[in-house]
Amino acid sequence: MLSIKNLHVSVEDKEILKGLNLEISEGEVHAIMGPNGAGKSTLGYLLSGREGYEATSGNVVFAERDLLDLEVDERAQAGLFLAFQYPVEIPGVSNMEFMKESVNAVREARGEEAYTAAEFLKLAKEACKHVNLPLDFLKRGVNEGFSGGEKKRNEIMQLILLQPKLAILDESDSGLDIDALKVVAEGVNSQRDGKRSFIVVTHYQRLLDFIEPDFVHILADGKIVKSGGPELAKEVEASGYAWLEKGEEATA
Amino acid sequence: MSEQIEQAILRKYDAGFVSEVESDTFPAGLDEDVIRGISAMKNEPEWMLEWRLQAFRSWQKMKEPDWAHLGYDPVDYQAISYYSAPKSMKDKPKSLDEVDPELLRTYEKLGIPLHEQEMLAGVAVDAVFDSVSVVTTFREKLEEAGVIFCPISEAIEKYPDLVKKYIGSVVPRGDNFFAALNSAVFTDGSFVYIPKGVRCPMELSTYFRINELNTGQFERTLIVADEGSHVSYLEGCTAPQRDENQLHAAVVELVALDDAEIKYSTVQNWYPGDENGKGGIYNFVTKRGVCERNAKISWTQVETGSAITWKYPSCVLRGDNSVGEFYSVALTRGRQQADTGTKMIHLGKNTKSTIISKGISAGNSSNAYRGLVKMGPNSDGARNFTECDSLLIGDTCAAHTFPYIESSNPSAIVEHEATTSKVSDDQLFLCQQRGLDAEKAVSMIVNGFCKEVFKELPMEFAVEAGKLLEISLEGSVG
Ligand SMILES: Nc1ncnc2c1ncn2[C@@H]1O[C@H](COP(=O)(O)OP(=O)(O)OP(=O)(O)O)[C@@H](O)[C@H]1O
Ligand SMILES: [Mg+2]
Repeated sequence: MLSIKNLHVSVEDKEILKGLNLEISEGEVHAIMGPNGAGKSTLGYLLSGREGYEATSGNVVFAERDLLDLEVDERAQAGLFLAFQYPVEIPGVSNMEFMKESVNAVREARGEEAYTAAEFLKLAKEACKHVNLPLDFLKRGVNEGFSGGEKKRNEIMQLILLQPKLAILDESDSGLDIDALKVVAEGVNSQRDGKRSFIVVTHYQRLLDFIEPDFVHILADGKIVKSGGPELAKEVEASGYAWLEKGEEATA
Repeated sequence: MSEQIEQAILRKYDAGFVSEVESDTFPAGLDEDVIRGISAMKNEPEWMLEWRLQAFRSWQKMKEPDWAHLGYDPVDYQAISYYSAPKSMKDKPKSLDEVDPELLRTYEKLGIPLHEQEMLAGVAVDAVFDSVSVVTTFREKLEEAGVIFCPISEAIEKYPDLVKKYIGSVVPRGDNFFAALNSAVFTDGSFVYIPKGVRCPMELSTYFRINELNTGQFERTLIVADEGSHVSYLEGCTAPQRDENQLHAAVVELVALDDAEIKYSTVQNWYPGDENGKGGIYNFVTKRGVCERNAKISWTQVETGSAITWKYPSCVLRGDNSVGEFYSVALTRGRQQADTGTKMIHLGKNTKSTIISKGISAGNSSNAYRGLVKMGPNSDGARNFTECDSLLIGDTCAAHTFPYIESSNPSAIVEHEATTSKVSDDQLFLCQQRGLDAEKAVSMIVNGFCKEVFKELPMEFAVEAGKLLEISLEGSVG
């Protein structure tokens, strides 16, 4: 469902991703770990089409389409979802309205009928409860005055409502207390239906205790330098990334 | 900032059509004979003509103001026609069936059906086409409640005492250059009188349409809310898309007697000119209200049209405990220029005023807020709160804020907050990542920015205002 081949990405003429390869099949959960500044968020932004992130070479196929040819909203409509590391506020626009418009835009692009206000309200209330946010969060402005943890849970609520094919979670666990972490993980797990795929970017094993990945990749200096199963995350937790440099020296 | 946003904001003007109606139009030019002519067309009494002539004489001695943050070629006041009316209106149609169908179609096209059964049940409409009122709906129903709602030209004939008492009482005929011009040449507009203790049973609204080429529109509206009464009034405006600039210089006077309340809402969508600044309406408007004891006047305006906007709806808080409010959204794009704001004049004790101004600038436009808060010597315990927010879309537009505060009473409190923000790439990216196109994303962000003002509009107008900014309806949250 997602195939990334030899991807090079520059931001403001600086090369950040330097030949990245990644294959993700339906229903798989891939965790990506790696040191700060390695390019993890850059990967998420590039895949979702953010302005300023330019693929200088390589190609990306998503759901049988050339992803890099699509506009940001078209990618979203095609089923790509990014949960932001730092969700932005949109003052005055109610969460409810924002999500209803988003979900209906995606549905219409897929040739499905838009939800009526009443239908959507019901779904939104369920999703809101699911991530353990009080219902008045539906009325509040998008992320307006939300705490860090509330913003992250709000992202998961959007994930639940938008029903993407592939969800990229960029540090959805950072800044969460342990209860919120469980809520986020449970929200994600509830969306694992054997078809939906996930890229889970995280620095910590503890999230992966709750969301068990099929694969773990280490992204360092713009490339995936090591891939493995869940045990790889535990190695990282135990010994950090110091081995990376040695490893690279050894292969050099 | 991405080009998409620019595109999104360069919306088509869809009220820009011209109606094919035959009109009687005065030749261009302005002198005392023209004023006599207008007065004669309206069958006015001598005192009204005299009032006009005196206004004209003071106007001739006045200079056009140049203090506003606006740049435009001087207006040639002799090149404008001061009266134009559809020929079919000459015989004063008695009922809708006698009104020229082309006129009715015009309003229908604009989304304002004038047949009562098709209308929004709760709104009475006075439809003004160039210099005359075409029809006023629901008059009988209003009369039952004792409410007078009619064209001002008719009020001068039928209710001369009321008109004589209040016209010019809030905006004197020599108040300023444009008000003086209006006083000399005003053609039509609405008159409203709400008797003591009456709550007007429906929303009143006037819809102004400029159609003729090279014709100015000079309407005059006078609303008197007698003691303890209550009224909500709406005003809408559009004009055809033309390459020439057209002049609109209106005067609105509100009188809120003891314990009365007037809510005045405007959605102004005059033709703004094209993206290069060709054509468009010059909108020079004087709007002011006087509040007596415990009275309240609330101005809400959504200004999206006009090439030039010069407009400062104001409140004179004369009575103790009276309240003034001003809620404004002004959107400028292309080459539009707006200099708009309010004046809150606190004279009485414990008077309160609130100003919420939202300016949105895009393209190469310029958007200025200009507001005066004045605390008079007897305004013990008076309070004002002002919030002025500007939203910039793109890098080539400008926003300015000119707040003036004059206080001669140490116990009065004035609070002022101002912010300037941009539609950020991050916000836009979030919306698009969720599947919304750029246009929808921008209008949603702008709508959110205007929320505090939109919620002050009556339902029917909130819808129109929303559409104007290409905004879909609010999701209903239970
Ligand atoms: N707009 C930009 N201009 C210049 N450099 C940028 C820009 N955006 C990202 N970078 C750089 O790209 C590199 C990768 O950043 P990225 O945010 O992808 O890292 P990350 O792996 O997500 O790190 P973290 O774990 O801290 O979130 C960093 O060195 C960062 O400074
Ligand atoms: Mg990151």
